[in-house]
Amino acid sequence: MGFIGETVDSIKAIKIRQLLTQAITLGMIITSALIIWKALICVTGSESPVVVVLSESMEPGFQRGDILFLRMTKEPIRAGEIVVFSVDGRKIPIVHRAIKVHERGDTKEVDVLTKGDNNKIDDIVLYAEGQLWLHRHHIMGRAVGFLPYVGWVTIIMTEKPIIKYILIGALGLLVITSKD
Amino acid sequence: MHSFGYRANALLTFAVTILAFICAIASFSDKFSNQTPSAQIQILNINWFQKQPHGNDEVSLTLNVTADLQSLFTWNTKQVFAFVAAEYETSKNALNQVSLWDAIIPEKEHAKFWIQISNKYRFIDQGHNLRGKDFNLTLHWHVMPKTGKMFADKIVMSGYQLPNAYR
Repeated sequence: MGFIGETVDSIKAIKIRQLLTQAITLGMIITSALIIWKALICVTGSESPVVVVLSESMEPGFQRGDILFLRMTKEPIRAGEIVVFSVDGRKIPIVHRAIKVHERGDTKEVDVLTKGDNNKIDDIVLYAEGQLWLHRHHIMGRAVGFLPYVGWVTIIMTEKPIIKYILIGALGLLVITSKD
Repeated sequence: MHSFGYRANALLTFAVTILAFICAIASFSDKFSNQTPSAQIQILNINWFQKQPHGNDEVSLTLNVTADLQSLFTWNTKQVFAFVAAEYETSKNALNQVSLWDAIIPEKEHAKFWIQISNKYRFIDQGHNLRGKDFNLTLHWHVMPKTGKMFADKIVMSGYQLPNAYR
């Protein structure tokens, strides 16, 4: 009861200038996070420089909840590379390994077939209707680095959005009621 | 300044920073490992070699793969993904890489192996250029760490040739 009483008191004691300062500080934090994210996109050349592994199709190497660092360079796609691609009509990008590559001599365009390490069959069933190969524009990046378990935070927040709201609510309350 | 909330926050930030630092160092230590992998591939038999109804050539082979990839394992290695690919050139395509077989090696003890297999994935050309074709067989490996940077390399073995006629 004492804690709730204290919180209510401190909410009542807020002055306008202090409130504005805190709002600006919060805004600065959010903006810096956004700047870092956009800078990462520029540096790595990939639209999503960090992805979370969502399925078990690359086990035991990549488990659900791991995060992958991506990079996209002008270098040609070669067999064995772990590529992240999105198929027309599907929102969620897929992280699998390229097992077949055919590169045209003249145009340097490339046909790629992928397969998850833990899958029995290749990815033709995942591609769009009638599509047999992936092309360069489908591929968002190559996986170059990896951190285990860190992605669980994102998975939990996506699958149980109530936790996301609780977290943001709690953070907001913390900022408002802090004495400095 | 000394409330539970602030202390918990400071502790958490410090812990996460240290953890990130340790992961980076673990990954960096992989640079110093001395790697001397070796491999040999022998084609035992061309099982069959045909032109499919669509017009693409397909060949089925039995391979004998001997490899020693033990030196690739470091304390930061989770698994090594190894695969054998056939690489060749045609008039239309500057490079074709077709994976014939792959395996996941979870531990150092399993990294020295001898295996006789027929191709796990179908060796199909884009077209019908495979008769008499010279090709390389490459053993690629992809080291997947417990944390950090992944790296890959390969050994190229050349001098293989497909038969001049379908059989």
